[in-house]
Amino acid sequence: MTAFTVNGVRVEVDRPDDTPLLTVLRDALGLVGSRFGCGQGLCGACMVLLDGKAVPSCDIPLWQVADADVVTVEGLAAEGPNPVQQSLIRHQAAQCGYCLSGIVVAATAFLDQEPEPSAEQVAQALERNLCRCGTHQRIVQAVLDARSGAPA
Amino acid sequence: MTTTSQRTLPGHVEANPRLGTWISVADGIVEVHVGKVELGQGILTALHQIAADALGLPPERVRIRTARTESGPDQGLTAGSMSVQETAPALRYVGAAVRQLAEVGDAGRSVVSRRSQSDLLNHQGDPSQSDLLNHQGDPSQSDLLNHQGDRSQSDLLNHQDDRLNQQGDLLNHAEITDYVDRIGGLNPETNLAGLDVVGHAGPTLVVGTDLPRVDIPDKVLGRPRFVSDLRPPGLMHGRVLRPPSAAASLRAVPEGWAAPGVELVRDGSFLGVVGEREDDVDRALAALAAAAVWDEHDTLPDEDDLAGWLRSAASDPTEVAVDVVPERTRTATYSKPYLVHASIAPSCAMARWAEDGAAVHVWSHSQGIHRLRLAIADALGLDLEAVSLEHAENAGCYGHNGADDAAFDAVLLARAVPGRPVLLRWSRADELGWAPLSPAMTSTVSARLVDGRIDGWSYDVWSQGHASRPGYAGHPGLLATAHVAGGTPLPPASDPPGPSFGSLRNAVPLYDVGPRAITGHVVTEAPLRASAMRSLGGFFNVFAIESFLDELAAEAGLDPVELRLAHLTDPRARAVVERVADESAWGSALPESVGRGMGFARYKNLGAYCAIVAEVEAGTELRVRRLVIAADLGLVINPDGARNQLSGGAVQATSWTTVERVRFDRRRVTSTDWETYSILRFPTAPRVDVHLLDSDQPPLGAGECAQGPTAAAIANAVHAALGVRVRDLPLTSEAIVRAIEESP
Repeated sequence: MTAFTVNGVRVEVDRPDDTPLLTVLRDALGLVGSRFGCGQGLCGACMVLLDGKAVPSCDIPLWQVADADVVTVEGLAAEGPNPVQQSLIRHQAAQCGYCLSGIVVAATAFLDQEPEPSAEQVAQALERNLCRCGTHQRIVQAVLDARSGAPA
Repeated sequence: MTTTSQRTLPGHVEANPRLGTWISVADGIVEVHVGKVELGQGILTALHQIAADALGLPPERVRIRTARTESGPDQGLTAGSMSVQETAPALRYVGAAVRQLAEVGDAGRSVVSRRSQSDLLNHQGDPSQSDLLNHQGDPSQSDLLNHQGDRSQSDLLNHQDDRLNQQGDLLNHAEITDYVDRIGGLNPETNLAGLDVVGHAGPTLVVGTDLPRVDIPDKVLGRPRFVSDLRPPGLMHGRVLRPPSAAASLRAVPEGWAAPGVELVRDGSFLGVVGEREDDVDRALAALAAAAVWDEHDTLPDEDDLAGWLRSAASDPTEVAVDVVPERTRTATYSKPYLVHASIAPSCAMARWAEDGAAVHVWSHSQGIHRLRLAIADALGLDLEAVSLEHAENAGCYGHNGADDAAFDAVLLARAVPGRPVLLRWSRADELGWAPLSPAMTSTVSARLVDGRIDGWSYDVWSQGHASRPGYAGHPGLLATAHVAGGTPLPPASDPPGPSFGSLRNAVPLYDVGPRAITGHVVTEAPLRASAMRSLGGFFNVFAIESFLDELAAEAGLDPVELRLAHLTDPRARAVVERVADESAWGSALPESVGRGMGFARYKNLGAYCAIVAEVEAGTELRVRRLVIAADLGLVINPDGARNQLSGGAVQATSWTTVERVRFDRRRVTSTDWETYSILRFPTAPRVDVHLLDSDQPPLGAGECAQGPTAAAIANAVHAALGVRVRDLPLTSEAIVRAIEESP
């Protein structure tokens, strides 16, 4: 059994230690919001907050999150859509939207650290998140408009 | 649009004439069934808008149900930028018929007016996806699941009441309910083809507005939405172990091979595992990969001489213009490498066989579930009635990717566990290495220039075919059919016929170039599997033709825009070229090492008109810093969605043009992860400005018109910046250096 916190809830998971966190979330806990893209930590679709830091969950083994605090894209919407999510919807910043879970997580973590970024800083912060549909510009604009104090 | 009589029977209604195939009523909502599917392009929203106006209903009283084989129309493939062109006339006809049958009259009334961008979440509960998305997870974890789904979005829904903006003689709420009830009472067996439908096309209230996409909230909030999120009771997971190389065959799996928690599925060289737990299945797959022994052979061409291989391989010629062309004064050759779809999600499918093994149901992100149904039945020797499918979304689809193959993989794996749904997912390496590729191409173009005018043109293009979808060439065309015992190799891809073509798509220039000789050479060898990827041969042909036009302009001492306009007579073509020149401040000064270039095409010579100006910065790395797009899409159903599609298409094509190339050795594809197959990332994505020309002409698809012009605009901008002509894609720094070294 490995115990940790997901979206504020304490869970115990009975899976082998080397099971990827993403598999635990999706298959053991039914939290399918974090998407599988590559399984190698290279595309960002599965990003979660691990103790506040945005990381790919597909190449983190379960043992590494023992007693840690994990927040998924679902958790960010627990009190209703968070500012990044609201802004992405407002900007219709999606085509297929498969990359967005990870982008919501990465952008939320980034804005916590850098509340007043430039467009270039936002783009740099999303460097690890791949978008194949070419929606980059809208997503960057949506993240910029999700800044604290930005006009809604 | 409100006065158009509907007298001509649209092709898709003729093929699907039963009223109940298109329309049903549930819970006070009119359900409009379509055979088109969401690929990330927003089509369900556009069709929602068309259907609401066609029926004269507010959009919240209409729901689009996507493709399934048991009900709803067979509309063939969702491909070729044809969905709106094919479906709008059908829905308008069906809507007019419904209004006539329900005796609502021709007023074309509606309670809803144009909606604003602030009405963002009104379409929550979009049920176009399978009901199975609601059954997730292990009930013991239900406290975790409560964070999803019906969590209130009231803060984003406050604008709802502002929406009703009375216009004309509108139906009130009770009248709408009465109207919907009457629709529900219509005989579903009514033959639409036998009606004399004379009603109006319906109002234009929702069409032309930026109705928010129905699917975006789920995707932003991390709700179950995709095929991989299906969690029916009894779910099992499946994986396939693909051969290690293109021509490998399985020699042996050790006697008695087993792994904890999984069942081995073996059929010839087709190997897979099925199990309850996803981590067991993944561990077993890795163990199986280490244990299996394969016979392998070198069968692939030299990746550094694809043009040479294409020109020397066996091929079938197709001549589309055979004029006698005077001796040309200028010749150039161009090439592109293999590209891959590289969707962010690997292909995925779920299948469940009946307990008695007599029938199978499949959830697939295929572009054509009816064709896939035929192919699965054919491959397994089943009656067609034994196979049913429904569409389920996956990440962006840009053409014939692994979706159909994955569906068949799921069917083969699930056969081992009748009664249990099996969710099959490809690996990233399989997605990049086994999905059909956009084929390598090369062309030679030559022309005669007389006093600044082109008077004589020849074009020869070599490529593998661009079509190997399920059922082509009399073969199921599903990857695993080549691997199962007694299976047959997949035949080489063929090309769609004219006027759309595959290798020859957009090979005929829209310009007045005098006598023309134009030939496509479809290579009949298929060392690597090829098929349709967004814009097919149009991407490359437009790159070549439009690059060559700039070469001719330079030779003639003419501005590239001037040369284009001098050879274009179609006013819509001229309009987009002039508009993009204007919007991009064509001819204005630029900083050192920055160049500006243009590309133009009418997609398929039948579809949307699109002109693009690229600005590139050629420092130590090539950087496309801006794209300006002008497009004439005819009537635009959803302007915001159209801009999104155009912009996305151009950015994806920027990636194809500047960084992408499938790599392989003589045996196997080697670019099988995101490090070896690079795509454009956020820091290098260009700024894009989109300008749509006003038009009330019939709608033309937006998803594929930008690709070719983007490539050409970038190549021409590189020439403007550096004075070097790069004719081989991708336009990497290495390719630019090579072109400089090779230039005379």
